[in-house]
Parts: sequence; C-alpha cells; structure tokens
Amino acid sequence: MTDNRRAFIKKSVALSAYSIIATSGLLFSPEATAKWLPDTTSTPSLQQTLKRLFKDQEIIASDKIDILLPKIAVNGAAVPITVTSTLKEVESIAILVEKNPTPLAAKFELSPDLDPFVSTRLKIAESSAVLVIVETSEGFYSAGEKVIVTLGGC
Amino acid sequence: MSSIKIRTKRKDGKTQIRILIAHPMEHGRNRDAKTNTLIPAHFIQELTVKLNKNLIITAKTGANISKDPFFAFMLKGGKVGDKITISWLDNLGNKDTQVHIV
Repeated sequence: MTDNRRAFIKKSVALSAYSIIATSGLLFSPEATAKWLPDTTSTPSLQQTLKRLFKDQEIIASDKIDILLPKIAVNGAAVPITVTSTLKEVESIAILVEKNPTPLAAKFELSPDLDPFVSTRLKIAESSAVLVIVETSEGFYSAGEKVIVTLGGC
Repeated sequence: MSSIKIRTKRKDGKTQIRILIAHPMEHGRNRDAKTNTLIPAHFIQELTVKLNKNLIITAKTGANISKDPFFAFMLKGGKVGDKITISWLDNLGNKDTQVHIV
C-alpha cells in the first residue's frame, strides 16, 4: 500500500515537472531555436511575442484589414486564411495565433510591387483568436478574428 | 523533382502567384507513434520570392504554418514572360529553388 502510494507520488511529481518543462519550451530541439528567430518564435505568450516583434510601437485596431477565416474549422491542421487590406504603403503582414504554443505563424515582408494580399494555411491548436498585424509606413494596424477548432492541429 | 509548385494567373492586370511546397513542417512537439520519441522540429523558416531578380517577398515562417504549406500573393501588374524565382530555407539548412515563367 505505502509502496504504491510512494510510486504514485514519484510518478506524479515527475510528470508535473515534465509538463512544466514542456510548456516552457525547453523541450524544443536545439535546431529549432538555434538559428531561426530565437527571439520571436520561441516566446510562449502572445504579449511577449508582440513586444519582441514590434518593440513598444503603438498598434492601432483598424477596420481596413479584412481577414477571411472560417468561423468553425473542423481540422485545425490546415485552416485557410486570407488577409487583404485597403491600407496604403503596406510593408509587412504578420499573422499570429493567440493560443498556439508559439503564436507567430509568419511575417511576410512585401515590396510595393505587391498588393496587400496574403493567403496561406495555418495550424491552430485550439479555439483561439487569430491576430493580423499590418505594418505600413505610418504605423502598425491590427485586426483579429476568432476561430473555433473542433480537432486541434498541433 | 522539385518540392515547389508554382501557378500564376493573370486577371484584371494583376497576377496571382500561388505556391505549394512539399514539406513536413514539424514543430518538434509531436511524438512518433511507434517509438514515442519526439519528432525533431523541421520547418521552413524563410521563403523568398523574386520577380526578375528583384526581391519582392521575404517571409519568415514558423511551424504554425500547415504541413505542405500553401501561399498566395497578388502582384500588381506582371506580364507574360516575367520570371518568378521562389526559394525556401528550413531550420535544418535544406533549401530548394524553382523558377516559373508567367
């Protein structure tokens, strides 16, 4: 009886320690974090990612950004998203998924030869808000859209 | 065979570029079902698109992009005969390049 209990406690401690490590991102293989944007993709929270990406720039909510995203995604492994904007002089478009372990999905730096139009497919772990931040020569603008995911895709 | 498929479509004086890349896009948190070990992260981290030697798109992508990623962009103008060069680089140092003529 006592042995059982001891074993159980040991296991549960080990398990919780493991989950803490896993959530803090220490289990990432070194290759994953070594070369590639260590400051932007390995940060766990949305706030930190935003801070590192855009420093302390003011981000203004805008209705000039259109996000085409399904309201309910059956499979979170591939959720199509299309971002268009009527803002002028767009320099970059960043897509972030709020509740993913690493929120930043992609940042597209577009030249003036391109329309502010980006379409791609995202992995979304759970029902979450998707945030789009558009950088123009005048400042940063953001828009968000919620998506309900029935089967997580991570 | 190249891992990149490129399609372009001209419409109302604009050119839509569609890109499909064959890539596993592993983020390093999935486990192998048989061995129960973590599958190492393997994802595209940089995608560049050139139009006739001019760099027009640089995309920093993370593992949140789905497996076999798809991208679409809209080019202002663009004419028949324009050369579009697309290349990607992943976190393991693999890369691939593909040229497409509109």
